[in-house]
Amino acid sequence: MKRRHFVKKGTLISLSALLGTDIVFGTTLPEGYELLGLQDPDPFKMFEKDREMEVLNDKPWNIESKAHLIDDAVTPNKYMFVRNNGIIPENIDEETWSVSFDGESVVNAKTYTLRELKSKFRHYTYQLVLECGGNGRNEFDPPAKGNQWKVGAVSCARWTGVRMKDILEDVGVKDNAVYIGYHSADTHLSGDPDKEPISRGMPIQKAYQEETLLAFKMNGEDIPLVHGFPLRLIAGGWPASVSGKWIRRISIRDKVHDGAKMTGDAYRVPCRPVEPGAKVREEDMCIIESMPVKSLITYPRSGAILEQGRPLQIRGHAWAGELEVVDMEYSIDFGATWKKAKLQKPVNRLAWQQFSASIDFPKTGYYEVWAKATDALGQSQPMVVPGWNPKGYLNNACHRIAVKIV
Amino acid sequence: MNKQDKFREEVKKVRRLVCIVFVSMMSVAGVLVYVMIDPELSFFRVFIPREKVYETNATVQEDDYDKIENGIHVRTGLVEAEGLMTVVNNCTNCHSAKLITQNRMTKERWVTTIRWMQETQNLWDLGANEDIIIDYLVQNYPPRKKGRRQGLGNINWYKLK
Repeated sequence: MKRRHFVKKGTLISLSALLGTDIVFGTTLPEGYELLGLQDPDPFKMFEKDREMEVLNDKPWNIESKAHLIDDAVTPNKYMFVRNNGIIPENIDEETWSVSFDGESVVNAKTYTLRELKSKFRHYTYQLVLECGGNGRNEFDPPAKGNQWKVGAVSCARWTGVRMKDILEDVGVKDNAVYIGYHSADTHLSGDPDKEPISRGMPIQKAYQEETLLAFKMNGEDIPLVHGFPLRLIAGGWPASVSGKWIRRISIRDKVHDGAKMTGDAYRVPCRPVEPGAKVREEDMCIIESMPVKSLITYPRSGAILEQGRPLQIRGHAWAGELEVVDMEYSIDFGATWKKAKLQKPVNRLAWQQFSASIDFPKTGYYEVWAKATDALGQSQPMVVPGWNPKGYLNNACHRIAVKIV
Repeated sequence: MNKQDKFREEVKKVRRLVCIVFVSMMSVAGVLVYVMIDPELSFFRVFIPREKVYETNATVQEDDYDKIENGIHVRTGLVEAEGLMTVVNNCTNCHSAKLITQNRMTKERWVTTIRWMQETQNLWDLGANEDIIIDYLVQNYPPRKKGRRQGLGNINWYKLK
Protein backbone atom coordinates (compact mmCIF):
# COMPACT_ATOMS: atom_id res chain seq x y z
CA MET A 1 0.00 0.00 0.00
CA LYS A 2 1.35 3.37 -0.94
CA ARG A 3 1.08 6.41 1.20
CA ARG A 4 -1.38 8.21 -1.03
CA HIS A 5 -3.70 5.23 -0.74
CA PHE A 6 -3.70 5.70 2.98
CA VAL A 7 -4.64 9.32 2.47
CA LYS A 8 -7.36 8.35 0.02
CA LYS A 9 -8.66 5.69 2.39
CA GLY A 10 -8.87 8.38 5.07
CA THR A 11 -11.03 10.57 2.84
CA LEU A 12 -13.13 7.55 1.97
CA ILE A 13 -13.78 6.89 5.64
CA SER A 14 -15.18 10.36 6.12
CA LEU A 15 -17.27 10.00 2.95
CA SER A 16 -18.47 6.62 4.18
CA ALA A 17 -19.47 8.17 7.48
CA LEU A 18 -21.52 10.78 5.60
CA LEU A 19 -23.25 8.12 3.57
CA GLY A 20 -23.68 5.81 6.54
CA THR A 21 -22.27 2.95 4.47
CA ASP A 22 -19.04 1.82 2.91
CA ILE A 23 -17.96 2.92 -0.52
CA VAL A 24 -17.17 -0.34 -2.25
CA PHE A 25 -14.30 0.12 -4.75
CA GLY A 26 -13.89 3.58 -3.33
CA THR A 27 -10.18 3.37 -4.09
CA THR A 28 -10.91 3.42 -7.81
CA LEU A 29 -12.94 6.64 -7.56
CA PRO A 30 -11.66 9.26 -9.97
CA GLU A 31 -10.58 12.44 -8.26
CA GLY A 32 -13.21 15.11 -7.97
CA TYR A 33 -16.09 12.72 -8.70
CA GLU A 34 -19.18 13.53 -6.64
CA LEU A 35 -20.81 10.41 -5.31
CA LEU A 36 -24.42 9.96 -6.39
CA GLY A 37 -25.19 8.85 -2.86
CA LEU A 38 -24.17 12.24 -1.55
CA GLN A 39 -26.11 14.12 -4.20
CA ASP A 40 -29.09 11.99 -3.51
CA PRO A 41 -28.98 10.15 -0.19
CA ASP A 42 -30.43 6.68 0.26
CA PRO A 43 -34.02 7.34 1.39
CA PHE A 44 -34.46 3.87 2.89
CA LYS A 45 -31.52 4.39 5.23
CA MET A 46 -32.27 8.04 5.85
CA PHE A 47 -35.89 7.43 6.86
CA GLU A 48 -35.40 3.85 8.16
CA LYS A 49 -37.82 2.44 5.62
CA ASP A 50 -38.03 -1.09 4.27
CA ARG A 51 -36.42 -1.52 0.86
CA GLU A 52 -39.65 -2.94 -0.57
CA MET A 53 -41.23 0.50 -0.23
CA GLU A 54 -41.50 2.49 -3.45
CA VAL A 55 -40.07 5.97 -3.92
CA LEU A 56 -42.54 8.01 -5.98
CA ASN A 57 -40.73 11.29 -5.70
CA ASP A 58 -37.40 12.43 -4.29
CA LYS A 59 -37.97 16.19 -4.37
CA PRO A 60 -40.03 16.37 -2.26
CA TRP A 61 -39.77 12.93 -0.69
CA ASN A 62 -42.82 10.75 -1.28
CA ILE A 63 -42.61 7.02 -0.59
CA GLU A 64 -45.41 4.50 -0.66
CA SER A 65 -45.92 1.17 1.04
CA LYS A 66 -47.46 -2.01 -0.35
CA ALA A 67 -50.55 -3.88 0.82
CA HIS A 68 -48.61 -6.92 2.03
CA LEU A 69 -46.16 -4.73 3.99
CA ILE A 70 -48.82 -3.05 6.11
CA ASP A 71 -50.02 -6.33 7.60
CA ASP A 72 -49.46 -5.31 11.26
CA ALA A 73 -52.43 -3.97 13.21
CA VAL A 74 -50.14 -1.14 14.32
CA THR A 75 -48.04 0.11 11.41
CA PRO A 76 -44.32 0.25 12.26
CA ASN A 77 -42.28 3.17 10.94
CA LYS A 78 -40.44 1.04 8.39
CA TYR A 79 -43.68 0.34 6.50
CA MET A 80 -45.29 3.76 6.92
CA PHE A 81 -45.76 5.83 3.76
CA VAL A 82 -44.05 9.22 3.48
CA ARG A 83 -45.83 12.26 2.05
CA ASN A 84 -44.14 15.63 1.81
CA ASN A 85 -45.12 18.88 0.15
CA GLY A 86 -41.93 20.73 0.95
CA ILE A 87 -38.44 20.28 2.30
CA ILE A 88 -38.06 18.43 5.59
CA PRO A 89 -36.75 20.79 8.32
CA GLU A 90 -33.28 20.21 9.72
CA ASN A 91 -31.51 20.72 13.03
CA ILE A 92 -34.60 20.54 15.18
CA ASP A 93 -33.97 21.28 18.85
CA GLU A 94 -36.59 19.56 20.94
CA GLU A 95 -35.53 21.52 24.05
CA THR A 96 -36.34 24.92 22.56
CA TRP A 97 -39.30 23.86 20.41
CA SER A 98 -42.50 25.80 21.04
CA VAL A 99 -45.95 26.08 19.55
CA SER A 100 -48.01 29.30 19.45
CA PHE A 101 -51.76 29.71 19.40
CA ASP A 102 -53.12 32.79 17.65
CA GLY A 103 -55.78 33.81 15.12
CA GLU A 104 -58.91 35.95 14.97
CA SER A 105 -60.83 33.68 17.33
CA VAL A 106 -58.31 33.04 20.09
CA VAL A 107 -59.11 34.58 23.48
CA ASN A 108 -55.56 34.58 24.88
CA ALA A 109 -52.80 34.15 22.31
CA LYS A 110 -50.24 31.88 23.95
CA THR A 111 -46.99 30.07 23.29
CA TYR A 112 -46.17 26.76 24.94
CA THR A 113 -42.78 25.14 24.93
CA LEU A 114 -42.89 21.47 24.08
CA ARG A 115 -41.93 20.73 27.68
CA GLU A 116 -44.85 22.81 29.02
CA LEU A 117 -47.23 21.13 26.65
CA LYS A 118 -46.14 17.71 27.88
CA SER A 119 -46.31 18.60 31.58
CA LYS A 120 -49.42 20.80 31.60
CA PHE A 121 -51.85 18.55 29.74
CA ARG A 122 -52.87 14.94 30.14
CA HIS A 123 -51.47 12.45 27.65
CA TYR A 124 -53.64 10.18 25.51
CA THR A 125 -52.77 7.36 23.14
CA TYR A 126 -54.86 6.23 20.18
CA GLN A 127 -54.36 4.10 17.09
CA LEU A 128 -55.33 6.39 14.24
CA VAL A 129 -55.66 5.85 10.51
CA LEU A 130 -53.81 8.37 8.36
CA GLU A 131 -54.51 7.98 4.67
CA CYS A 132 -53.32 10.28 1.92
CA GLY A 133 -56.28 11.91 0.16
CA GLY A 134 -54.68 10.87 -3.15
CA ASN A 135 -54.19 7.19 -2.22
CA GLY A 136 -55.26 5.20 -5.31
CA ARG A 137 -54.84 8.16 -7.68
CA ASN A 138 -53.06 6.00 -10.27
CA GLU A 139 -56.37 4.37 -11.30
CA PHE A 140 -58.21 7.49 -12.47
CA ASP A 141 -58.95 7.93 -16.15
CA PRO A 142 -58.33 10.53 -17.47
CA PRO A 143 -55.29 10.58 -15.19
CA ALA A 144 -55.07 13.11 -12.42
CA LYS A 145 -51.98 15.17 -11.77
CA GLY A 146 -49.76 14.49 -8.78
CA ASN A 147 -47.96 11.58 -7.17
CA GLN A 148 -49.43 8.40 -8.61
CA TRP A 149 -50.18 6.56 -5.37
CA LYS A 150 -51.36 2.97 -5.70
CA VAL A 151 -52.75 1.43 -2.48
CA GLY A 152 -49.95 1.99 0.03
CA ALA A 153 -50.48 5.56 1.24
CA VAL A 154 -52.24 4.52 4.44
CA SER A 155 -51.09 3.68 7.96
CA CYS A 156 -52.45 3.13 11.44
CA ALA A 157 -49.84 3.89 14.08
CA ARG A 158 -50.21 4.41 17.81
CA TRP A 159 -50.01 8.16 18.47
CA THR A 160 -49.45 9.70 21.91
CA GLY A 161 -49.96 13.35 22.69
CA VAL A 162 -52.18 15.94 24.31
CA ARG A 163 -55.73 16.61 23.21
CA MET A 164 -56.20 19.64 21.01
CA LYS A 165 -59.43 20.38 22.89
CA ASP A 166 -57.59 20.64 26.22
CA ILE A 167 -55.25 23.26 24.76
CA LEU A 168 -58.11 25.10 23.04
CA GLU A 169 -59.90 25.29 26.38
CA ASP A 170 -56.71 26.65 27.96
CA VAL A 171 -56.20 29.43 25.40
CA GLY A 172 -59.91 30.13 25.05
CA VAL A 173 -61.87 30.06 21.82
CA LYS A 174 -64.35 32.76 20.79
CA ASP A 175 -67.88 31.79 19.72
CA ASN A 176 -67.17 32.84 16.15
CA ALA A 177 -64.39 30.24 15.68
CA VAL A 178 -64.84 28.16 12.51
CA TYR A 179 -61.56 26.45 11.78
CA ILE A 180 -58.04 25.84 13.04
CA GLY A 181 -55.08 26.11 10.66
CA TYR A 182 -51.56 24.82 11.25
CA HIS A 183 -48.19 26.33 10.35
CA SER A 184 -45.15 24.09 10.10
CA ALA A 185 -41.37 24.24 9.97
CA ASP A 186 -40.91 22.66 6.53
CA THR A 187 -39.78 24.97 3.72
CA HIS A 188 -41.03 25.61 0.20
CA LEU A 189 -39.43 23.70 -2.70
CA SER A 190 -38.72 26.96 -4.55
CA GLY A 191 -36.60 28.11 -1.58
CA ASP A 192 -38.87 31.15 -1.09
CA PRO A 193 -38.84 31.74 2.70
CA ASP A 194 -42.16 33.60 2.53
CA LYS A 195 -44.00 30.61 1.11
CA GLU A 196 -45.42 27.74 3.14
CA PRO A 197 -45.43 24.35 1.38
CA ILE A 198 -48.63 23.36 3.16
CA SER A 199 -50.79 24.94 5.84
CA ARG A 200 -54.06 23.08 6.16
CA GLY A 201 -56.47 22.58 9.02
CA MET A 202 -59.86 21.37 10.20
CA PRO A 203 -63.25 22.64 11.32
CA ILE A 204 -63.33 23.54 15.00
CA GLN A 205 -65.68 20.57 15.66
CA LYS A 206 -63.03 18.12 14.45
CA ALA A 207 -60.42 19.91 16.56
CA TYR A 208 -62.60 19.32 19.63
CA GLN A 209 -62.82 15.55 19.09
CA GLU A 210 -61.20 13.49 21.81
CA GLU A 211 -58.89 11.72 19.37
CA THR A 212 -57.51 14.91 17.80
CA LEU A 213 -54.03 15.24 19.25
CA LEU A 214 -50.90 17.31 19.24
CA ALA A 215 -48.69 14.24 19.29
CA PHE A 216 -45.08 13.81 20.34
CA LYS A 217 -44.82 10.03 20.22
CA MET A 218 -45.44 7.46 17.52
CA ASN A 219 -45.57 3.79 18.51
CA GLY A 220 -44.15 4.70 21.93
CA GLU A 221 -41.07 6.50 20.62
CA ASP A 222 -40.15 9.98 19.46
CA ILE A 223 -41.90 10.64 16.15
CA PRO A 224 -39.43 9.99 13.29
CA LEU A 225 -38.26 13.27 11.71
CA VAL A 226 -39.91 12.54 8.36
CA HIS A 227 -43.24 12.00 10.13
CA GLY A 228 -43.17 15.29 12.03
CA PHE A 229 -40.71 15.26 14.94
CA PRO A 230 -41.03 16.78 17.49
CA LEU A 231 -44.73 17.70 17.28
CA ARG A 232 -47.45 16.57 14.91
CA LEU A 233 -51.12 17.35 14.63
CA ILE A 234 -53.13 14.14 14.31
CA ALA A 235 -56.66 14.08 12.91
CA GLY A 236 -57.50 10.41 12.30
CA GLY A 237 -59.90 9.45 9.51
CA TRP A 238 -59.36 12.65 7.52
CA PRO A 239 -56.94 13.16 4.62
CA ALA A 240 -53.49 12.83 6.21
CA SER A 241 -52.61 16.35 5.04
CA VAL A 242 -54.85 17.63 7.87
CA SER A 243 -52.38 16.01 10.29
CA GLY A 244 -49.68 18.67 9.88
CA LYS A 245 -46.08 17.82 10.73
CA TRP A 246 -43.41 19.87 12.56
CA ILE A 247 -46.11 22.12 14.11
CA ARG A 248 -44.97 25.65 15.11
CA ARG A 249 -48.24 27.53 15.24
CA ILE A 250 -51.98 26.92 15.34
CA SER A 251 -54.31 29.69 14.20
CA ILE A 252 -57.88 29.68 15.45
CA ARG A 253 -59.76 31.21 12.56
CA ASP A 254 -63.12 32.93 12.23
CA LYS A 255 -63.38 31.57 8.67
CA VAL A 256 -62.28 28.45 6.80
CA HIS A 257 -58.48 28.46 7.01
CA ASP A 258 -56.98 29.82 3.79
CA GLY A 259 -53.39 28.54 4.04
CA ALA A 260 -51.45 26.76 1.31
CA LYS A 261 -53.31 23.74 -0.13
CA MET A 262 -56.59 24.76 1.52
CA THR A 263 -57.75 26.72 -1.54
CA GLY A 264 -58.05 26.09 -5.29
CA ASP A 265 -58.50 22.41 -6.10
CA ALA A 266 -56.08 21.03 -3.48
CA TYR A 267 -57.68 18.37 -1.30
CA ARG A 268 -61.05 19.21 -2.81
CA VAL A 269 -63.50 17.22 -4.91
CA PRO A 270 -66.45 18.43 -6.98
CA CYS A 271 -69.40 19.21 -4.67
CA ARG A 272 -71.63 17.44 -7.20
CA PRO A 273 -70.60 14.43 -9.33
CA VAL A 274 -69.04 15.30 -12.70
CA GLU A 275 -68.28 13.36 -15.87
CA PRO A 276 -64.68 12.10 -16.26
CA GLY A 277 -62.37 14.83 -17.51
CA ALA A 278 -64.82 17.65 -16.77
CA LYS A 279 -63.57 21.12 -15.95
CA VAL A 280 -64.85 22.11 -12.53
CA ARG A 281 -65.03 25.72 -11.39
CA GLU A 282 -63.25 26.56 -8.15
CA GLU A 283 -66.43 27.50 -6.35
CA ASP A 284 -67.88 24.09 -7.20
CA MET A 285 -65.06 22.25 -5.40
CA CYS A 286 -65.59 21.17 -1.77
CA ILE A 287 -62.97 20.41 0.88
CA ILE A 288 -62.53 16.70 1.64
CA GLU A 289 -63.39 15.88 5.23
CA SER A 290 -63.89 12.27 6.39
CA MET A 291 -62.23 9.66 4.14
CA PRO A 292 -64.47 7.00 2.54
CA VAL A 293 -64.86 3.32 3.53
CA LYS A 294 -61.96 1.17 2.36
CA SER A 295 -60.11 -2.08 3.01
CA LEU A 296 -56.91 -3.88 2.08
CA ILE A 297 -56.02 -7.56 1.92
CA THR A 298 -52.60 -7.56 3.59
CA TYR A 299 -52.10 -11.34 3.56
CA PRO A 300 -51.29 -13.12 1.35
CA ARG A 301 -49.38 -10.97 -1.11
CA SER A 302 -51.00 -10.95 -4.55
CA GLY A 303 -49.71 -13.81 -6.74
CA ALA A 304 -50.05 -16.72 -4.30
CA ILE A 305 -50.06 -20.22 -5.80
CA LEU A 306 -51.47 -22.99 -3.65
CA GLU A 307 -52.56 -26.57 -4.01
CA GLN A 308 -56.18 -27.48 -4.33
CA GLY A 309 -57.90 -28.69 -1.19
CA ARG A 310 -55.96 -26.37 1.01
CA PRO A 311 -58.02 -23.42 2.31
CA LEU A 312 -56.54 -19.95 1.87
CA GLN A 313 -56.41 -17.83 5.01
CA ILE A 314 -56.73 -14.15 4.14
CA ARG A 315 -56.52 -11.16 6.45
CA GLY A 316 -56.39 -7.39 6.27
CA HIS A 317 -57.68 -4.08 7.58
CA ALA A 318 -60.84 -2.05 6.99
CA TRP A 319 -61.52 1.57 7.89
CA ALA A 320 -64.14 4.20 7.14
CA GLY A 321 -62.95 7.71 8.03
CA GLU A 322 -65.12 9.03 10.87
CA LEU A 323 -67.29 5.93 10.79
CA GLU A 324 -66.96 2.35 11.90
CA VAL A 325 -66.87 -0.55 9.45
CA VAL A 326 -69.82 -2.83 10.21
CA ASP A 327 -69.51 -5.45 7.49
CA MET A 328 -66.67 -7.10 5.61
CA GLU A 329 -67.17 -9.38 2.61
CA TYR A 330 -65.03 -11.10 0.01
CA SER A 331 -65.68 -12.51 -3.44
CA ILE A 332 -63.72 -15.08 -5.47
CA ASP A 333 -65.96 -14.85 -8.55
CA PHE A 334 -65.44 -11.22 -9.61
CA GLY A 335 -68.22 -9.91 -7.41
CA ALA A 336 -70.97 -12.33 -8.51
CA THR A 337 -71.32 -13.71 -4.98
CA TRP A 338 -70.06 -12.41 -1.65
CA LYS A 339 -69.24 -14.17 1.61
CA LYS A 340 -68.79 -12.59 5.01
CA ALA A 341 -65.36 -12.25 6.56
CA LYS A 342 -64.75 -12.15 10.31
CA LEU A 343 -64.46 -8.51 11.36
CA GLN A 344 -63.05 -7.17 14.62
CA LYS A 345 -64.12 -4.05 16.47
CA PRO A 346 -61.67 -1.13 16.37
CA VAL A 347 -59.42 -0.77 19.48
CA ASN A 348 -60.58 2.85 19.59
CA ARG A 349 -62.61 5.18 17.36
CA LEU A 350 -60.76 6.05 14.09
CA ALA A 351 -58.51 2.95 14.25
CA TRP A 352 -58.63 0.43 11.45
CA GLN A 353 -60.28 -2.95 12.05
CA GLN A 354 -58.88 -6.37 11.29
CA PHE A 355 -60.70 -8.92 9.16
CA SER A 356 -59.96 -12.52 8.26
CA ALA A 357 -61.50 -15.39 6.31
CA SER A 358 -60.76 -18.94 5.30
CA ILE A 359 -61.48 -19.49 1.62
CA ASP A 360 -62.12 -22.81 -0.15
CA PHE A 361 -61.70 -22.81 -3.92
CA PRO A 362 -64.00 -25.13 -5.92
CA LYS A 363 -61.47 -26.13 -8.62
CA THR A 364 -58.02 -25.35 -9.94
CA GLY A 365 -57.48 -22.19 -11.91
CA TYR A 366 -57.01 -18.43 -11.72
CA TYR A 367 -58.91 -16.46 -9.09
CA GLU A 368 -59.06 -12.96 -7.78
CA VAL A 369 -60.01 -12.32 -4.18
CA TRP A 370 -61.89 -9.06 -3.88
CA ALA A 371 -62.55 -7.36 -0.54
CA LYS A 372 -65.46 -5.05 0.22
CA ALA A 373 -66.12 -3.14 3.43
CA THR A 374 -69.40 -1.47 4.42
CA ASP A 375 -69.60 1.42 6.88
CA ALA A 376 -72.17 2.23 9.56
CA LEU A 377 -74.20 4.28 7.08
CA GLY A 378 -74.48 1.31 4.68
CA GLN A 379 -71.97 2.71 2.18
CA SER A 380 -69.77 0.06 0.53
CA GLN A 381 -66.65 0.14 -1.57
CA PRO A 382 -67.34 0.24 -5.32
CA MET A 383 -65.94 -2.52 -7.57
CA VAL A 384 -64.79 0.01 -10.18
CA VAL A 385 -63.01 3.31 -9.69
CA PRO A 386 -65.45 5.73 -8.05
CA GLY A 387 -66.51 9.16 -9.30
CA TRP A 388 -63.83 10.96 -11.27
CA ASN A 389 -62.49 14.18 -9.79
CA PRO A 390 -59.87 16.56 -11.22
CA LYS A 391 -57.17 15.81 -8.63
CA GLY A 392 -57.76 12.07 -8.31
CA TYR A 393 -58.74 11.84 -4.65
CA LEU A 394 -60.75 9.26 -2.69
CA ASN A 395 -60.33 6.14 -4.81
CA ASN A 396 -61.78 3.47 -2.54
CA ALA A 397 -62.43 0.80 -5.19
CA CYS A 398 -62.25 -2.70 -3.69
CA HIS A 399 -58.79 -4.19 -3.25
CA ARG A 400 -57.99 -7.29 -5.29
CA ILE A 401 -55.34 -9.99 -5.10
CA ALA A 402 -54.55 -12.70 -7.68
CA VAL A 403 -54.49 -16.36 -6.58
CA LYS A 404 -53.77 -19.53 -8.55
CA ILE A 405 -55.00 -22.95 -7.42
CA VAL A 406 -52.97 -25.85 -8.89
CA MET B 1 31.60 -29.05 0.35
CA ASN B 2 34.28 -26.55 1.37
CA LYS B 3 34.07 -23.91 4.00
CA GLN B 4 33.22 -21.13 1.57
CA ASP B 5 30.30 -23.02 0.13
CA LYS B 6 29.07 -23.82 3.57
CA PHE B 7 29.33 -20.14 4.51
CA ARG B 8 27.36 -19.14 1.39
CA GLU B 9 24.72 -21.71 2.30
CA GLU B 10 24.42 -20.24 5.79
CA VAL B 11 24.13 -16.69 4.40
CA LYS B 12 21.39 -17.82 2.04
CA LYS B 13 19.51 -19.45 4.91
CA VAL B 14 19.81 -16.35 7.04
CA ARG B 15 18.70 -14.16 4.15
CA ARG B 16 15.70 -16.40 3.53
CA LEU B 17 14.79 -16.29 7.19
CA VAL B 18 15.11 -12.54 7.29
CA CYS B 19 12.93 -12.31 4.20
CA ILE B 20 10.26 -14.53 5.71
CA VAL B 21 10.30 -12.61 8.97
CA PHE B 22 10.15 -9.32 7.08
CA VAL B 23 7.29 -10.40 4.85
CA SER B 24 5.27 -11.78 7.74
CA MET B 25 5.87 -8.68 9.81
CA MET B 26 4.76 -6.52 6.90
CA SER B 27 1.62 -8.59 6.42
CA VAL B 28 0.79 -8.44 10.12
CA ALA B 29 1.45 -4.71 10.05
CA GLY B 30 -0.72 -4.39 6.94
CA VAL B 31 -3.59 -6.25 8.55
CA LEU B 32 -3.26 -4.20 11.73
CA VAL B 33 -3.23 -0.94 9.82
CA TYR B 34 -6.31 -2.06 7.88
CA VAL B 35 -8.12 -3.06 11.07
CA MET B 36 -7.22 0.31 12.51
CA ILE B 37 -8.74 2.09 9.51
CA ASP B 38 -11.74 -0.19 9.12
CA PRO B 39 -12.27 -1.94 12.47
CA GLU B 40 -15.45 -3.66 11.29
CA LEU B 41 -13.78 -5.14 8.21
CA SER B 42 -16.86 -3.93 6.40
CA PHE B 43 -14.98 -3.59 3.12
CA PHE B 44 -14.77 -7.37 2.85
CA ARG B 45 -18.25 -7.99 4.12
CA VAL B 46 -20.00 -5.82 1.56
CA PHE B 47 -17.64 -6.91 -1.16
CA ILE B 48 -19.38 -10.10 -2.26
CA PRO B 49 -23.11 -9.32 -2.06
CA ARG B 50 -22.65 -5.95 -3.69
CA GLU B 51 -20.87 -7.06 -6.83
CA LYS B 52 -23.50 -5.27 -8.88
CA VAL B 53 -22.57 -1.99 -7.28
CA TYR B 54 -19.25 -2.22 -9.07
CA GLU B 55 -20.89 -2.32 -12.47
CA THR B 56 -23.14 0.61 -11.73
CA ASN B 57 -20.37 2.65 -10.18
CA ALA B 58 -18.06 1.86 -13.05
CA THR B 59 -20.59 2.93 -15.67
CA VAL B 60 -21.55 6.03 -13.76
CA GLN B 61 -17.91 6.99 -13.43
CA GLU B 62 -17.36 6.81 -17.16
CA ASP B 63 -20.66 8.50 -17.95
CA ASP B 64 -21.03 12.02 -18.95
CA TYR B 65 -23.56 13.95 -16.87
CA ASP B 66 -26.34 13.87 -19.48
CA LYS B 67 -25.95 10.29 -20.70
CA ILE B 68 -28.83 8.75 -22.67
CA GLU B 69 -29.44 5.02 -22.34
CA ASN B 70 -32.18 3.15 -24.23
CA GLY B 71 -33.86 6.43 -25.07
CA ILE B 72 -33.91 7.56 -21.43
CA HIS B 73 -31.99 10.46 -19.93
CA VAL B 74 -30.32 8.49 -17.15
CA ARG B 75 -29.97 11.27 -14.60
CA THR B 76 -33.66 12.24 -14.63
CA GLY B 77 -35.49 9.27 -16.15
CA LEU B 78 -37.08 11.52 -18.79
CA VAL B 79 -37.64 10.27 -22.34
CA GLU B 80 -35.06 11.45 -24.86
CA ALA B 81 -36.83 13.61 -27.41
CA GLU B 82 -36.81 17.11 -28.78
CA GLY B 83 -36.90 19.59 -25.93
CA LEU B 84 -35.46 17.22 -23.32
CA MET B 85 -32.78 19.58 -22.01
CA THR B 86 -35.18 22.53 -21.95
CA VAL B 87 -37.45 20.45 -19.74
CA VAL B 88 -34.55 19.30 -17.54
CA ASN B 89 -33.32 22.85 -17.11
CA ASN B 90 -36.68 24.44 -16.38
CA CYS B 91 -38.68 21.72 -14.67
CA THR B 92 -36.33 19.90 -12.31
CA ASN B 93 -35.02 22.80 -10.26
CA CYS B 94 -37.84 22.77 -7.73
CA HIS B 95 -39.25 19.27 -8.04
CA SER B 96 -38.02 15.86 -9.07
CA ALA B 97 -38.35 14.66 -12.66
CA LYS B 98 -40.27 11.77 -11.14
CA LEU B 99 -43.22 14.12 -10.79
CA ILE B 100 -43.22 14.47 -14.60
CA THR B 101 -42.59 10.82 -15.50
CA GLN B 102 -45.39 9.62 -13.19
CA ASN B 103 -47.92 11.87 -14.84
CA ARG B 104 -49.77 11.84 -18.15
CA MET B 105 -51.85 14.76 -19.33
CA THR B 106 -53.41 16.40 -22.35
CA LYS B 107 -51.98 19.65 -23.69
CA GLU B 108 -54.65 21.65 -21.90
CA ARG B 109 -53.87 20.04 -18.55
CA TRP B 110 -50.09 20.39 -18.93
CA VAL B 111 -50.61 24.08 -19.67
CA THR B 112 -52.90 24.42 -16.64
CA THR B 113 -50.25 22.73 -14.50
CA ILE B 114 -47.59 25.17 -15.69
CA ARG B 115 -49.89 28.12 -15.00
CA TRP B 116 -50.60 26.78 -11.53
CA MET B 117 -46.88 26.50 -10.84
CA GLN B 118 -46.36 30.05 -12.13
CA GLU B 119 -49.21 31.46 -10.07
CA THR B 120 -48.54 29.65 -6.81
CA GLN B 121 -45.15 27.92 -6.84
CA ASN B 122 -42.75 30.63 -8.07
CA LEU B 123 -42.16 29.12 -11.52
CA TRP B 124 -40.65 31.76 -13.80
CA ASP B 125 -41.96 32.99 -17.16
CA LEU B 126 -40.83 30.33 -19.63
CA GLY B 127 -40.81 32.65 -22.64
CA ALA B 128 -39.99 30.93 -25.92
CA ASN B 129 -39.21 27.73 -24.01
CA GLU B 130 -42.83 27.25 -23.05
CA ASP B 131 -43.87 25.85 -26.43
CA ILE B 132 -40.84 23.55 -26.50
CA ILE B 133 -41.68 22.25 -23.03
CA ILE B 134 -45.36 21.76 -23.71
CA ASP B 135 -44.69 20.01 -27.03
CA TYR B 136 -42.23 17.70 -25.30
CA LEU B 137 -44.71 16.86 -22.51
CA VAL B 138 -47.68 16.31 -24.80
CA GLN B 139 -45.60 14.19 -27.18
CA ASN B 140 -44.00 12.01 -24.53
CA TYR B 141 -46.41 12.01 -21.62
CA PRO B 142 -49.93 11.94 -23.12
CA PRO B 143 -52.79 10.30 -21.21
CA ARG B 144 -53.21 6.53 -21.59
CA LYS B 145 -56.66 4.96 -21.62
CA LYS B 146 -57.21 2.94 -18.48
CA GLY B 147 -60.97 2.42 -18.51
CA ARG B 148 -62.98 2.09 -15.36
CA ARG B 149 -60.78 -0.63 -13.83
CA GLN B 150 -57.59 -2.18 -15.15
CA GLY B 151 -56.68 -5.86 -14.92
CA LEU B 152 -54.27 -6.95 -12.20
CA GLY B 153 -50.92 -6.49 -13.93
CA ASN B 154 -47.36 -7.35 -12.93
CA ILE B 155 -48.34 -10.35 -10.85
CA ASN B 156 -45.33 -11.85 -9.16
CA TRP B 157 -46.35 -15.50 -8.79
CA TYR B 158 -44.96 -17.44 -5.82
CA LYS B 159 -45.73 -20.72 -4.04
CA LEU B 160 -47.57 -19.98 -0.80
CA LYS B 161 -46.09 -22.01 2.05
